[in-house]
Amino acid sequence: MKSAVAALFAGLLFGFGLIVSGMANPEKVLGFLDIAGLWDPSLAFVMGGAVIVGLLAFAIARKRTLSFLGFDMKVPGHSHINKRLIVGGLLFGIGWGIAGICPGPGLVALGAGEVKATVFVASMVAGMGIFELVEHKRAAFRSDDSGERWHYKAPE
Amino acid sequence: MIDIAWSSFTPWTALTGGALVGLAAASFLLLNGRIAGISGILGGLLTASAGNIGWRAAFLAGLIGAPGLWMLVAQLPPIEIEAGYPALVIAGLLVGIGTRYGSGCTSGHGVCGLSRLSPRSLAATLSFMFAGFVTVFIIRHVLGV
Repeated sequence: MKSAVAALFAGLLFGFGLIVSGMANPEKVLGFLDIAGLWDPSLAFVMGGAVIVGLLAFAIARKRTLSFLGFDMKVPGHSHINKRLIVGGLLFGIGWGIAGICPGPGLVALGAGEVKATVFVASMVAGMGIFELVEHKRAAFRSDDSGERWHYKAPE
Repeated sequence: MIDIAWSSFTPWTALTGGALVGLAAASFLLLNGRIAGISGILGGLLTASAGNIGWRAAFLAGLIGAPGLWMLVAQLPPIEIEAGYPALVIAGLLVGIGTRYGSGCTSGHGVCGLSRLSPRSLAATLSFMFAGFVTVFIIRHVLGV
């Protein structure tokens, strides 16, 4: 129960941040992605503002094994840079460039009652469903998914 | 040469809003012990076990409820979606498949990944930024849409 209340709070704050920053507006996002046109650098400042706060948070989190509510710290430990990561990023980037919408702003625009955002989010969830189906099939064919060669060793 | 759109550039609200996003990720990390990656939270809902449905749904409810709550006290800034319906369907499918295949989006790899100085998330962020830049270049300046 307390995890849900904290998550609701974080989700609200995240949504307010996207609204304040202007990132809930896909046209503004596209203004950032259009470097050959009139370029709006705002998105870089949003990332900068978020990362400054985030750096502090992760510095605190690194020293803990339990969260302040007593949950396990589930921070990803692996640092493989593999084909999946890059190909997934590229596919996502193409979709992002087409409409100017990534998952967070898509959900905020949906909440604002934008019909077009509903179509986007429905398609996005369908895409996630397709991914799960394909993954499920792949897993059934081979349990060992180690076709990755490009391995990054983190400098610890 | 890069021409800056000075009339639409909003550095202060961008920094402030960004800091709020950072605070949201920070509170989720320090309270729930998890990464605020929106594609992962949403996509994970499709296969989540009973104990993992509540917090996922609550986070998403907050995100979706934010504009409604905002409208109770102030006017919502404009949300302009220029893409047509076929483009939105293609974009949505690509974002859905790509974020799950690449294990993250602008929030998980971008905000959280860069905050924890993860080389893996930096590589992912560079990939989707690069693809975003190229796609918009092709659509606006090659195809001229």
